[in-house]
Amino acid sequence: MIINLAGSLLAVLILSLIAWGAHGSAGLASLFLVVIPYGAFAVFLAGFVWRIVSWARSPVPFRIPTTCGQEKSLPWIQSKPLENPSNTAGVIGRMALEVILFRSLFRNTQAEIYEGRTVYGSAKWLWFFGLTFHWSLLVILVRHMRFFVEPVGPIISGVAALDGFFELGLPTFFLSDAGILAGLTFLFLRRVVVPQLRYISLFTDYFAVLLILAVAATGTLMRTVFPADLEQVKTLALGWVSFSPVVPSGVSALFQTHLFLVCALLAWFPFSKLMHMGGVFLSPTRNLANDSRMRRHINPWNSPVKVHTYEEYENEFRDQMKTAGIPVEKE
Amino acid sequence: MSSIKILKPDELIRIGYEPPRTAWMDTPVDFRPGTWSYSAAAKNLTYLDLPNPRAWQPYDENWKLPENWKQIILDGMRERLEKYRSFKLFMDLCVRCGACADKCHFYIGGGDPKNMPVLRAELLRSVYRRYFTESGRRFGRLAGARDLTVDVLKEWFYYFYQCTECRRCSVFCPYGIDQAEITMIGRELLNLVGCNINWVIEPVANCFRTGNHLGIQPGGIKDMLEFLADDIEDRTGVRVDVPLNRKGAEILFVAPSGDFFADPGTYTCMGYMMLFHEIGLNYTFSTYASEGGNFGLFTSHELIKRLNAKIYAEAKRLGVKWILGGECGHMWRVLHEYMDTMNGPADFLQEPVSPITGTRFENARSTKMVHITEFTSDLIRNGKLKLDPRRNDHLRLTFHDSCNPARAMGLFEEPRYVIRHAARYFYEMPEDTIREKTFCCGGGAGLGNDENIEMRMRGGMPRAMAVRHVKERHDVNRMACICAIDRSTLSALMDYWVPGVTVMGVHELLSNALVMKGEKERTTDLRGEPLKERTDDETL
Repeated sequence: MIINLAGSLLAVLILSLIAWGAHGSAGLASLFLVVIPYGAFAVFLAGFVWRIVSWARSPVPFRIPTTCGQEKSLPWIQSKPLENPSNTAGVIGRMALEVILFRSLFRNTQAEIYEGRTVYGSAKWLWFFGLTFHWSLLVILVRHMRFFVEPVGPIISGVAALDGFFELGLPTFFLSDAGILAGLTFLFLRRVVVPQLRYISLFTDYFAVLLILAVAATGTLMRTVFPADLEQVKTLALGWVSFSPVVPSGVSALFQTHLFLVCALLAWFPFSKLMHMGGVFLSPTRNLANDSRMRRHINPWNSPVKVHTYEEYENEFRDQMKTAGIPVEKE
Repeated sequence: MSSIKILKPDELIRIGYEPPRTAWMDTPVDFRPGTWSYSAAAKNLTYLDLPNPRAWQPYDENWKLPENWKQIILDGMRERLEKYRSFKLFMDLCVRCGACADKCHFYIGGGDPKNMPVLRAELLRSVYRRYFTESGRRFGRLAGARDLTVDVLKEWFYYFYQCTECRRCSVFCPYGIDQAEITMIGRELLNLVGCNINWVIEPVANCFRTGNHLGIQPGGIKDMLEFLADDIEDRTGVRVDVPLNRKGAEILFVAPSGDFFADPGTYTCMGYMMLFHEIGLNYTFSTYASEGGNFGLFTSHELIKRLNAKIYAEAKRLGVKWILGGECGHMWRVLHEYMDTMNGPADFLQEPVSPITGTRFENARSTKMVHITEFTSDLIRNGKLKLDPRRNDHLRLTFHDSCNPARAMGLFEEPRYVIRHAARYFYEMPEDTIREKTFCCGGGAGLGNDENIEMRMRGGMPRAMAVRHVKERHDVNRMACICAIDRSTLSALMDYWVPGVTVMGVHELLSNALVMKGEKERTTDLRGEPLKERTDDETL
């Protein structure tokens, strides 16, 4: 158990040191600033598509959503279309609640036995910090788009302006930076401190949190303590997207480490549990309407099975049925 | 209750949730008495053409597996990964956030970490990773992968038969990972090498042959229903018909066979018969399709289909217009989610319309099977029943949402509507224990046998504690439910945890209150228990 934690700490450390150590070597600059980013992004894209396709290739033989509210039945009974959708609009609503607000996690409770009875306490922390982390990550991704486009559009600027709304510090400290660090720290500590969580955690669980934490930490450091040369970064990013990569001189070791960790994350993503990002949309218990009795669901491999026919049944029990006065097909 | 010794309730509830010191992959299964079920008898497997019939028990060292058992399991896994998107996704998606952990009644009641749904699924996932993912093949244990060994197989058997497929964890999972489906596939794999339990396989074999789990032959069904009709006459003075295998009936009625045979289900069955008599329903029972329940669900998808096929076949043979289904939990999971897909289309039936109210059951327009509480609440809503709820004044009720109607259908309001019109004292259990968050009875999915008594009492503990709460607060003495397995398992559960609370079906409650044409004055309920004396100042 401890080896999973120690191993992932070590793995993230080694990744960071590789990038840091390679900094300053002119020969390796193009490798770290061009070749690896392209490679990682290609692996990410191809891997992501491959995973989604491989899931989608398996059919959905039965329609078995989890129902979390009253079904649509008689017209005078109030149904709950978002908890138990009966049509596509409801499914979209349910999925939106799930993806945008983490609806299911919001239900979380904590079961305890207190003085010989069961108690279900509210346990919204996982929901709160999980949501904080994911939304912060999204905002940070949107903010980073300013490196890839010129001129920077109103959406990106708007998000950045909102994110820096409180105008704390100089340069402005972003809420999303605080959010992602707080969220990840909670998720990490929870895994380490709660005995049951520690018991089920794999290497990959610690590694995912620590790797993203390292990315966020290096990023935040560049924003606050050791400012990166944003001109250079933008030149680099615009070079990538225009497929005419340039290797700027003078990016810092911290930046190179940040970038390399992002590349590691991208390349690892499709093969990891982080694919829940794409997979959640495919989850049959959440993306199907509960209309199983209204519309017939087709199973593509529905094959014949051996049944016990009425004829066989009557042949075995005919005498008994006649004696009991139960109607039979053949006298 | 059983010959296996079990701790007293106040000792059993002292549960340690601290995980063992050894990692879960290094912690072997302990088949201690009271926590597992006997193996399936060879004759039942043979009757059903299922693999590897033999004499063995889970505590045996040698399980007499086929020589190539490992290949069979891995081939079976590959086949199912290709056939079920759900299975494939649920193997890959989990992030081990642990939200499901303390949602499982077996974990809450037992504290065994492998009963946390996440870890129960990991038992299978670890093998999936080892043989079906690159990282698992390459990095082994570091990637959460492990070899498939006999010990792993034994672990699967122990824990997949310690899951009642209730789906409570799925409600809380951010990706909707459904442990019930994982357990179903796990049990399917175990079945491929002949590792199954008799409490499931014997009912399946019975049902295949006689049409019902209990193995009641047609003459026996007739006798039992006639016997129930006698009891009804005794209590009410009204003689009801027992229509069996009658061609030309408008509706085929299918109930769980437990309701024909075992108290307190029989009172529910009397309730159905009284209701149908009173409204003059043109219906029939069938001896061939004398089981709505389907223990195939606890075995394999193929067996679900093999058993379920008889319902549509019988509806077609008898020429009915549509099908009405009685109070049963997993039966309705099969009818609602599988029947039409597996054995449909039911194009020989008509869209269900209540012959009494004219209501069209549009939510059942394809499957053409209506749940009896949908049917009855519509009758009440349209004023077709005369009910005297004061006849249930001796009962202080609570209602147990059965797992499958709750989390596989969303049938919450209909039974409550019936209860509120049939009784005056009704108290809900705490919010975290009802509706979609309802707790299992502890004995579903084929685990309601005597030898598994400790796990049943542990698994049922969260449900029982919620009942105890309303008993202490509101003097509740009766729990209503819409499931035949519940009526049997909850009775034992109440005797152990909350003595003084008994269990009934909703249609037993209804028929207590049902004022029938030509009835005599009722002095007792269907069970023969005296009604509460009325005082003059009491008003309806």
